[in-house]
Amino acid sequence: MKKTTGSDFRSPLGRARGLGSAKYGVSHWWFQRLTAVAMIPLFIWFIASVITVMISPDINIIVSWFSSPVNSLLIVLLFCAMFFHAKLGLQVVIEDYVKAPCCKYTLLLGNIFFCVGGVVICIMAVLKLHLFGVN
Amino acid sequence: MSNVTRPLSPHLSIYRPQITSVISILHRITGVVLYAGLGLIIVFLVVVGYFPDNYGLLHKCLASGIGRLALFGWTFSLYLHFFNGIRHLFWDIGKGFDIPTVNKSGWAVIFCTLVATIFSWVIAYHNTGAF
Repeated sequence: MKKTTGSDFRSPLGRARGLGSAKYGVSHWWFQRLTAVAMIPLFIWFIASVITVMISPDINIIVSWFSSPVNSLLIVLLFCAMFFHAKLGLQVVIEDYVKAPCCKYTLLLGNIFFCVGGVVICIMAVLKLHLFGVN
Repeated sequence: MSNVTRPLSPHLSIYRPQITSVISILHRITGVVLYAGLGLIIVFLVVVGYFPDNYGLLHKCLASGIGRLALFGWTFSLYLHFFNGIRHLFWDIGKGFDIPTVNKSGWAVIFCTLVATIFSWVIAYHNTGAF
């Protein structure tokens, strides 16, 4: 019998019975951590930007912030990690609390549509502000 | 099918709230709150990028009493989820699992969250010239 190794968390009995994650469990877990680690430095930079720039009543200060390639790059990276992390997180909440299959799968679909749509809208707006300003 | 004499584990409400259980559920609640916050980020970027004439109105809404309360809630949620997320990452590499450490790191999360939230708002008010 194959011994349980570090990369396979299932016990021999569990493997024989076909228990454990059917397919995507490990990748869900892994991407949740990957995006979390990526967001640690990005989050600190983001909150500093919000409390110094984004709260300004003057839109020109905000628009000129987006003209910097570094700011635009980092915020696009942050949005990718953030929406991905949010999708994975809310998916688990829905799976845990919503029992009726019709509601459950509607919400799971809605979650993906919201996060994919949201990240595309945000990146489009950042690129537009970066390349063209408000005009 | 169901065995009615089967013993049930006590309901959650019977247990005394502990720092570990309270932060655990707060992590999930703040996660959902932050998900709602993504909606604001989308609205903010669309207004700034595509409807700059309406930015004044958006800023007015966010700077209103209710707007500030929501933003304060989001700041708190961000920091709690951030600090407790780091706590989770330490657990993921197998560190800090014993009960005294888990309790201590739990209180450290609360402390860091409060300090960081207040500190951020002091800086924000300072930058807007309110202080």
